[in-house]
Amino acid sequence: MPEKPKIALYWCASCGGCEESVVDLAEGILDVVAAVDILFWPVALDFKKSDVEDLADGELTVTLINGAVRTSEQVEMVRLLRKKSAVVIAYGSCAHMGGIPGLANQFHRTHILRYVYQEAPTVVNENQVYPEIRHSWNGYSVTLPEFHATVRSLDQVIDVDYYLPGCPPTPALLAAAVNALLTGTLPPKGSVLAPDVALCDECARKDSKPENLSFEQYKRPHAIAADPEVCLLAQGLLCMGPATRSGCGALCVEGNMPCTGCFGPTSRVQDQGAKMLSSLAANMSAQTDEDIIETLGGIPDPVGTFYRYGLPVSTLRRYRDTES
Amino acid sequence: MQQSTPAAQEWRPRIIAFFCNWCTYTAADLAGVSRLKYAPNTRIVRVMCSGRIDPQFILDAFVHGADGVLIGGCHPGDCHYTEGNYKTLRRHHLLRRMLMDMGIDERRLRLEWISASEGDKVRDVINGMVTELQTMGPLALNDNMTRFDAELESDLDTYLVTLSTKEVEHA
Repeated sequence: MPEKPKIALYWCASCGGCEESVVDLAEGILDVVAAVDILFWPVALDFKKSDVEDLADGELTVTLINGAVRTSEQVEMVRLLRKKSAVVIAYGSCAHMGGIPGLANQFHRTHILRYVYQEAPTVVNENQVYPEIRHSWNGYSVTLPEFHATVRSLDQVIDVDYYLPGCPPTPALLAAAVNALLTGTLPPKGSVLAPDVALCDECARKDSKPENLSFEQYKRPHAIAADPEVCLLAQGLLCMGPATRSGCGALCVEGNMPCTGCFGPTSRVQDQGAKMLSSLAANMSAQTDEDIIETLGGIPDPVGTFYRYGLPVSTLRRYRDTES
Repeated sequence: MQQSTPAAQEWRPRIIAFFCNWCTYTAADLAGVSRLKYAPNTRIVRVMCSGRIDPQFILDAFVHGADGVLIGGCHPGDCHYTEGNYKTLRRHHLLRRMLMDMGIDERRLRLEWISASEGDKVRDVINGMVTELQTMGPLALNDNMTRFDAELESDLDTYLVTLSTKEVEHA
C-alpha cells in the first residue's frame, strides 16, 4: 500500500472559522481522514512544535495555513511549516489577503495596545500593565511573541503555492482542492482555487441588475427590508459582488445580505477596494459637490467597506505613519 | 526617517498629473506654446477623459513615489463624453476620504477643471500645488513599505531596543 499523504493544519491571526470549516466537511472529513495522515493540527490534535521540527524537509505533502500574520511566533511557525511542506495552501481570507485582522493596519500598534489594555470599556488596569516581550522574575526569564507593526497576508511572509479564498472557504471548495491534491490535478502554482469571474456571474439576481445604477442614496443593510429577489445594488445596498471573485455560490446574497468581498478580486484587478470605490462612486446621480458629499455620507467607513478582507494586500497596505 | 543628508534637503515634490485630452492637456500645450513658466515638478500623463482615471492609477502613483497627484478635466457640462468628469468628481470625493483614513493628507490629491484655453490656470495650479506640497514634505510611501518589510527580519533584541526608544516617545 502506498504511503498516505501527510497533512498539517495551522492557524495564525484568525477567528477559528476556518478550522471550523474543515470540520464542516461533515462525513466528508472521514474520507479525508482515511485518505491522509494528519501530522499537525493544534486546534484539534495534541502535537507539539518539536514534532514538526523532527520531520524531514518537504515531508509534509500539504499544509493548510489560515489566518493573517502579525506576531513573531506566527512568522516563525509558518517559516518552519514552509520548510517542511511540499505544498502550502493559504486557507481563507486572512491568509489569502490579511482578512478582518488586516483592518488593524489602519492604526498604529501603540494605539491598539493602549486601547486593548487601557481604554476599552470594562478594562481596569490601574497599574498600566502591558504585555512585555521579555520578563524576568525570581531568576526566571520568560518571553512573549513580539507584536509587529503590520498585519501581513501569508504570501508576504512565505512562499505560497495555492490560495483557497473565503471567510471561510466553502466545504465544496475545500473538497475540490483536497481532491485535486490527492489526484494530482492541481492548477499552476500561485492559482486561487476558485473561478476567475465576478460574483455577479453566479448571482441569482443577476438579471435584475440595472445598466445604470444611479445611486441617490447608499443604504445600510439594517436600515431597510431588502427585496429578496432584486439586485441589492439596485436597492441602494453596497454589495461588493461586482469587484469580488465568485465560487461561494452567492451565499450571503441568497441570505439577503450584500456581498462583503471575502473571496477577493479576480486576477485582472490589482486593488479590490479602489475598483469598487470607482464603480460605486461613478454610478451616483449627484452632480454638485454638496450633493455628492451628502450621498457619500451613506458610506460611513470607506476603508472598512471596500477593504474589509484585503487591506494588507491593497496598494496602500497600511496606515501611513512615520514611526514604525 | 528624518535625515538631514544633502539628498533630503534637495527634495522637490514630484507630481503625477493626469490630464484629459480634450481640455487640460490642450491647456498645458497652450501654456507651453505661450512660453508660460511653471515649476518643472510635474510628469503629465495624457488620458482621453478624466473619467478614464482609475483610482488604482492614483494609488499606484502614490506608492511609486509621487508626492501629489493632480487630475485635470473639462469644466462640468463640457465633457467630450458628456459626463466623464462628473464620475471623476464623485470618485475624487470618496478617494480623498479614503486617503485621509489611511493617513495621507487629502490635499495631495487635487482635481481641477481647466479648459483648453486656460493655459495660465495650468501654470497657477501646478505652481500652487508645488508650494503646498513643499510645506507638507515628502510622502515617501515606498520608504514606509521598506521599513515595514524590514521588521520581519529584525530579531527580538533589535526589536526590544527600537521598541523602548520609539514607543516611549509615541505614548
